[in-house]
Formats: sequence, C-alpha cells, structure tokens
Amino acid sequence: MKEFKEVGRPLTRVDAFDKVTGRAKYCYDLLPTDHLVAKMVLATVGNGRVVSIDTSEAEKVPGVVGVFTCFDPDLPTQPFGTAGHPWSCDPAHQDIQDRNILTQRVRQYGDVVAAVVAEDTVAADRAVRAVKVEYEEYPLELTRLEAIDHAEDFPPLHEARPNNIIAHVDNRTEVKGGYDSVEQILEDPQWHRTHIEVKTPRQSQAHIELCLSFAYAEGDRIVVVSSTQLPHICRRIVAQALGRPWGDVRVIKPYIGGGFGNKQDILYEPLNAWLCEKVGGRCVLLELTREEVFAYTRSRQPKECHIDAAWDDDMNLKARSLEGWSNQGSYAAHGHALMANTANSFRQEYSAKELAHHGIATTFYSNETCAGAMRAYGVPEGNWAAEVLMSDIAYDMGWDGAEFRLNNFMELGYRDPFWPGPLCCYSRGIDECVAKGKELIGWDEKRAAYKNQTGPIRHGVGVALFSYKTSVAGLSLETSNVRMNLAQDGSIMLQMGATEIGQGADTVFSQMAAETVGVPTEMVHIVSQQDTDVTPYDSGAYASRQTYVAGTACRKVAEELREKILDYAHFLYPTHQTPFDMRDGVIYDIAGNEVTTIADVSIQSYYHPTNAKQIEAQDGVNVQENTFAMGACFVDLTVDIPLAKVTVNDVVEVHDSGVIINPKTAEQQVHGGIAQSIGMALSEELLTNPKDGSIRNNNLLDYKIPTMMDLPDLRADFVETYDPTGPYGNKALGETPCIPAAPAVRDAILNATGVKFYEAPMTPQRLFEGFKKEGLV
Amino acid sequence: MYDITYFHEATSVQDAVKALTEHPEAKVIAGGTDVLVQIREGRFGPTELVSIHELRDELWGVVLDEDETICIGPITWFHAVNQDPICQERIPVLCEACDTPGGPQLRVSGTIGGNVANGITSADTASTLFAYGARLVLEGPHGRRTVPIEEWYAGPGKTVREHDEILVSIQIPRDHYEGFYGDYIKYGKRNALEIATMGCCCLVKLTDDHETIEDVRFAYGVAGPTPCRSHAAEEAARGKTVAEAAELVGDAALEDLHPRDSWRASKDFRMQLIKEMTKRALVNAANKGGSSASWK
Repeated sequence: MKEFKEVGRPLTRVDAFDKVTGRAKYCYDLLPTDHLVAKMVLATVGNGRVVSIDTSEAEKVPGVVGVFTCFDPDLPTQPFGTAGHPWSCDPAHQDIQDRNILTQRVRQYGDVVAAVVAEDTVAADRAVRAVKVEYEEYPLELTRLEAIDHAEDFPPLHEARPNNIIAHVDNRTEVKGGYDSVEQILEDPQWHRTHIEVKTPRQSQAHIELCLSFAYAEGDRIVVVSSTQLPHICRRIVAQALGRPWGDVRVIKPYIGGGFGNKQDILYEPLNAWLCEKVGGRCVLLELTREEVFAYTRSRQPKECHIDAAWDDDMNLKARSLEGWSNQGSYAAHGHALMANTANSFRQEYSAKELAHHGIATTFYSNETCAGAMRAYGVPEGNWAAEVLMSDIAYDMGWDGAEFRLNNFMELGYRDPFWPGPLCCYSRGIDECVAKGKELIGWDEKRAAYKNQTGPIRHGVGVALFSYKTSVAGLSLETSNVRMNLAQDGSIMLQMGATEIGQGADTVFSQMAAETVGVPTEMVHIVSQQDTDVTPYDSGAYASRQTYVAGTACRKVAEELREKILDYAHFLYPTHQTPFDMRDGVIYDIAGNEVTTIADVSIQSYYHPTNAKQIEAQDGVNVQENTFAMGACFVDLTVDIPLAKVTVNDVVEVHDSGVIINPKTAEQQVHGGIAQSIGMALSEELLTNPKDGSIRNNNLLDYKIPTMMDLPDLRADFVETYDPTGPYGNKALGETPCIPAAPAVRDAILNATGVKFYEAPMTPQRLFEGFKKEGLV
Repeated sequence: MYDITYFHEATSVQDAVKALTEHPEAKVIAGGTDVLVQIREGRFGPTELVSIHELRDELWGVVLDEDETICIGPITWFHAVNQDPICQERIPVLCEACDTPGGPQLRVSGTIGGNVANGITSADTASTLFAYGARLVLEGPHGRRTVPIEEWYAGPGKTVREHDEILVSIQIPRDHYEGFYGDYIKYGKRNALEIATMGCCCLVKLTDDHETIEDVRFAYGVAGPTPCRSHAAEEAARGKTVAEAAELVGDAALEDLHPRDSWRASKDFRMQLIKEMTKRALVNAANKGGSSASWK
C-alpha cells in the first residue's frame, strides 16, 4: 500500500472555524436587503384540476407586488425534469420531463398552483390566504392497488403514462447448478425456503437548512443563488424550465446546511427564476417553511418488496427472487433509478453462493407527494430486504448471523451482470470489518448471555452487513473538472466543481491536492463557493461519488500543476539534474539536493522579467471504473415489551471504504449516518393522510428524528483496504453509514424477543401490535 | 415573520387585565413556546398579544405560605420549578414532570402556568398538578377567584379562564402533598423534544409498614380530552399492599379512562400504556416510600 503524507491526516475541517463562529456564508447571508419575498399557493386537494383562481382579494393586501397563477399567459409551457442527474444527449437516457413551474393539473396535495410576490412575508402570507382557488376534484390514487391495478379507473396523472408505470424492469441472472430457472431452485424440496414481504418508509432528509433560493436579473441574464447540491445541473434545469439558453442562467452555490439528496433535485429554483422575470428582474427570495420542506420537496420513496429464497443446511443461499414496487408519487423526478438501486443492491450483496437470482422492480406514479433521492439512494431499502431475509433465516436455523452473512457475501472480483459498464468488487475488507465489529460489541459473549430470556425487559444483539457501489460510473456519466493555480507565496488555490454540502468535501479535496502536489494541506486554499460562470463543471454531490470521481480529477490536475512547478523550477535552476521531486513544498533534484521551494518558484513565475506567467492547471476526467464499499453494523439494545419501547445501548459500525482520506471527518460521517439509520429503524416516516393525500406529520415534532437522548455513543471504525480504482485507494463513504443500522436493530429485536418485524420504522405502535400478535402483551 | 398587529408589555397584572378588556381578541403570552408556534402556523391570522413576560415581581417563583401551601408563580420556567428547593423537598414529582417538556431551551422559556392555561391534555405538568389537587387562582377586572384543577378544564384546549383573567398562582395545600410519594411517567416516542403519547402520575401514601397503601391518586394526561384521574384505580389500590395493588390498578384504570384512536397511537395501544404505566407509576412511587415491590 502506498505511503501517504497528507491523505490520512486527521485534520480539522477547513471550514470548521467559519461554521462554528457563524462567519461562513450561506444563502441567506448573501441575500440583498432590498429583496422581495415569494410564497406559494399550494393545492388543497390531492388529485384534480384547477378550475379558476380569484386573486382579486390577494392583490389588495398592502405590500403585495404580484399574484401569478397557473393560468398566466407568460408561463413557460414546456415540461421539465428535476432530477440531479447529468444530462444525456441521447433522448432515450434523459430523465422524464413531466413538471411545470405552476400547474393546472393537480397531481398531489401541495402542487403549486399560484405564487405571491410581496414586500415581506407577512404580506405574502396574508395574500396567499386570500387567494381563492376552485378545483375539480378527482378520486385519489395513493396505493399500489389504486395506481397500478386500477389505473384505468382514474383520469391519467400523466398523459404519456396512463398506466402510471414509470418503469418496470425484470432481470434474471444466468442459472447455474443444472437448473432451468430460478423458480425451479426455489421449488426444489431439498432446500429450505421462505417467503417474506417487507416495507420501508417515506423517510425525510430533514436537513437543518431549509430549501431556499433567491434570483435576480443581471444584464439580460438571471442569477440564482441556491442551497443546492449541484449548481451546474441547477443552471441547466432552470434554463430548460424557463425555455432560455443555458448560458442565460448563472447559479451560485454558497455553503449549504445539509441536503442528504433532497437538494439533488431542482426544487423551486425554476419558479423562483420565473417570478423574478415576472417582477422585472427584482431580487426575489423563495424560502420554504419547514412544513413545506417536509411535505412538498422530496423524500425517500416508500417501497414494498416480496422476497422468496432457498438455502441449504450449510449456510449457502441457493436462489433469491425479489419483486419490488416503489411509490414515486406525483412526478417522476429521479424515476426508476432509486428502485433499480434497491433491486441491484439486494442482488449484489449476497451473490456469492446463489445459483440464480430474479429481480422485478417497478416504479409507479400516484397522488402521493413526490419522492426523490435520499442518502444512499434506494440502497437502505434493498439492504433492509436483504438483511431481514438473512436475519430470519439465521434465527430460524439457529445460526450465527454474522457467520451466515459472511459465507454468502459478495466475493472479491464479483462483477454485476446487469451494470452496463464495469462494476466490480476490486477490494474486499468485509471479513476484517465483521471480526472487528464482533470484538467491539462483544458478539459471542452477548449472544450467549441473551439466550432464553423471559420477563418484560429483554436484551438483544444484532448484525447487518452492506455493500455499496461507489459513484454511478458505468451507468451514468461520471465527469469532473478541477482548477488549481499558485498564489505568489506558493500556496495553492483549489477550485473544485464538486460541492461541499456539510460532508467535509472541501477538507478531503484540500488534502488530496496537497498530497499530490507535494505541499502541506495548510498551503491549499479551497474556494468553497461554486459559481457556474467560473467554476469548472462537475455534476455535484451525490452517489458518494466526489472523493472517487472528483478525487480522481483533483489528483490529475494536481499532477499537472506539480509538473508545471517542477518544470519552472528547472527553468530557474537549469544546472540541477532532473527529474525533480517536491516534498513539503521543497524541491529536490535527482540526487536529493535541495534546489528551491515552491514559494520561490511561484513568486518568480509571477514577476520574472522575461518569462512571467501564473502557474495553473485545469483538467477533467471521465471515470469509467466502479467499485464496492462495504461494512458491518452491530447493535446492542433493550426491549421493554409492555411499553413497546426499544433502547439502543451500543452501536458499532465498521466500514471498508478503502483508504480513509481524513479519519476525523470520516468518523463524523459515520456517526451521522448511524443516527439516520436508527431513525429509519425506529421512528422516522412521513405519514400520508388517506383522505386527501396530505402529509400528517410535516414538522420536527411529529416527524421523529432521534435526539441525542435517543442514541448511545456511536462507535465508528474502519478497515482500510487499498482500492486499485480509487484515486488514493478510497471508496464510497458519503452515504454508506446510513445503510446497515436499521436492519441490525431489527435483528437485535428478533434476538431479544423472538418477534419478526418486516416494516420499518418499528415504531412503538408497530412493536405493540407485533408483541400482541405473538402473545407477549 | 410573525403576523403580530398589537403587542402590549404589561406592567402589572391589573395592567394586563385592562389591556385584555380593551382587546377582546388578544392572546396572553408569557414564555411564548405555545403562542408563538401557533402564530407562526398562521392559526389565528393577524394576532394581538398581551405579554405578562415581565411580571416577575408578581408572577415568578415559588413561596411557602404560612399554612405551608406551596404557591407557584405561573410564569416560573419549567427549569426553575425543577430546581426550586421548596418543590424539590415537598413535591419532587412535580420537579420530575417539569424536567420532561421539550428540551433544555424550552424549559428555560416555557412556563408552568402556560402549561395549564393552554388547557391541553398532554401538558406534562398537568397530570401531576391534577394528582396534587392544585388550586388555580385567577385575577380579573372584578378581583380574584380560586378554581380547583378538577374544575379547570372545559374541554380539549379549553379552560374556565375568562378572556380578561390572568392565572396568577398555582397552589398546592399542605395536606395534598404531605406524606405522599410520587412518580410521573411520560411516555413519548423519543426521549426529548416530545409531547406525551401518555402521561401518568401516581401519588401514594403508605402505612408504617411501607407496603400497605393508605391513600393513592392516579392522574393522567392524554387518557382523555382533558387531564383526569382514575378513581377506580385508586379504589382498587386503597388498603391493599403495593404488590397486590400493582396487579389490579392497570385494569381498574381502564374502567375510567377512554383514550381515543388517532394516527399518533391506536386506542388499543394507549390502553396498554395506561395499564402498564399505572402499575409502574404505583410501584415506582411506593419504592420511593420504602416499598420493596417490583413491577417486573
């Protein structure tokens, strides 16, 4: 394994001081004082059509500048897609374009039918309440049964897809072992078999900073400052929605207070830009309320999976089939990509011994609120399905769940048969992850101690593993561009297209650049803010792609910059023999003699009388390879059966994310992910009111994020493999921490009580029902 | 931004009463942890406010009367009640209850008076005050009147307080607390930032053997539209040993209490909680008084 100097340092985040002192600039901090505010008029029916809108009272409210409705003649008519995916020049691979800035056809409760622009929010709120909207209501189609099986009974949600099917994919692997089909294996009486049905919730990203943007005109162009994960994609989609040339739109992305995938969609930036146009280019702020963010932005897709499996007496899975449905809601947004990830991750993780695998995955429209990307993008749902199955089998067979899982886990060299490009298990530290996790949690001791419990209070220990591809290389475009230049003192300005969204990207990119150029990280100044007019192109923060893809670009540009510095050093000191080397900012010749420093080279490059030019490098990469991160989670908990209450006592999550660029920020990343996954296990879900399709608990009280009081000290650990495809041996870590804790909690509850739960979150209500069914209360 | 059209910072209780008389739509605000949330939600539209926030001389703090009645000023923060030496010594279960609303920030702005004045069944201190038989003193344009807490609630979110009356004191007479040990169990779906799914307070007085129940009170939040007691559970427990009573009180409480079905929790689940929490609150309270009974 390569020795690193800057990579691997447990550095404090480069933005830590500014963020904790309040100096860091977020969207709201950049807002001009003379701005107007916009508020949306949201549909109060779940399915229907706007018949008329009366704005006369609203327009009379003092402070109102304008009320704009879905009947506005200036409203762009071309639909647009909102997913934060790279554009494809091939129409067949473009995202579904099914949304308008304001809509007459109401497809969900909260669809935007009009908007108010006013001098302040009080005036805007009063005007919104004064807008009178008349609807023609249609019956609601919320469930799979209504939306798929009875689609013909409802007026079509989207004319292009009257059957509500966004995608339906049926994948069968090659059948081994002399069988003809996966069904034949599943029916072979010599194997054990089971059928289970699992559900996962509409989890919310629940980032702390709300969704907001502001827009103003500059010359003939529109500037949008947005809390987005992907400024370059935002530029493209705003322009597409407005029907303007893409260069007419400039997007600026300052620091953002979390996104977790919600800001991987372009949400209301197009509306914001259009309202700005409508008021003559004055600056308009569109900041959602917390309630609006919960209910009317994006959330994890609610999913349901039916699973069949067969296995032998020796801990070998023989075959599995999964049929899954994803309730996408009113608009396609990310389309089938999420459900595909669910089915793919289910297939990939325990692929080692299977003779055949069958996966059917469907994504459908309904009147539910529009879902979208959330951290780990469909994989927590696939992992829930895979792990609940393993949990049941190990419990029923009396096996050690960790051993059973390891025996079936993806092997080194595994290649996914359905991934269009290379997706391979290039490095595999799962055995070490499990060994470390078992030791830290006290697996063997606890399993022995928790046998044969009785009484109302019981203890359990559980395990879950996961695998996760790094980036979307091989499936979708993976490109990234980076610029670096030298300041006079030899420090390096680093400008990434990839974005800091709270995950620590700026810090690890600074370390990478420093590593490859050959300077201490302290000499790298990263430009955190992206501005599409000046920032090199990158698709943005999602898919745990940035350290891998943008990291590759960062290394490439750093190599180029380093070459230029060394070349210039040789120009300055031609008597020294090349190749030169640079370590810690000091340049050496082939013999190891000190030649000069980067500071000297840099200042001469600025002010040399005959050969002055700033040393800089800019370049991009197309990454084609893709590899798997993996890991294991162990949970110890206590179940109070009569009160249906789970207390998590200890969590250990061990990750193989390849080489860890920064152990401190990596650990923090894992802590946050565990908390999110425990939320999915026990409490987090947005609830739809079946009467009108509205969200019942769209606030931070009724949407139950675990608090500090609900979590034990979270323990993160790492097994560092060196992945040959990662720029510094690194693999995904951004999203993986929020995958395995949920099923590990489920496994521990089973260990404690003997009761099998299939639906997440396992709320007190569901636990009570489960315990009651089993006669425990 | 809050849609507030009138704001009066009262200089005395009588000044607040006068402002309320002059502004028939005005709301009283103290800590603001309920009222501001509701204004923000647009629940009242444009809102007029009369603030009693600054009336610390008249409405803050805990004092002991000459007859040892505990008098709690209604604008006393939850945290201040929790930390008060008089409360800690004589009514520690109220201190426990005052440590459960929201989080630390809320408990240094939310007030105990607001917690009963809002009339909400889930209010964390309400069931405990109910168990203690608190008396609520109101002051209006025509002077003061005292309302026993049993007569305070007029329906969900409603109390008998008239628009121009201010809650000025929460009083617990000596014979209501002396000799009682208590326990408050808040059942929430998480351990902080939570409104109770069910709340149960038990006060128990034991005979000299520390095992026989001389007197007992069970009071609940969220078991009905307003906080309430279960006299059936109290009847079932009186005169029995703690261990005997523990087996009976849960089912007995269900004779009195009729929780509702909602999306937050089913009726069945709430009944299970009542049953189990009644038992545990009794045993926990009795354990503090020296009983060796166990609910497990």
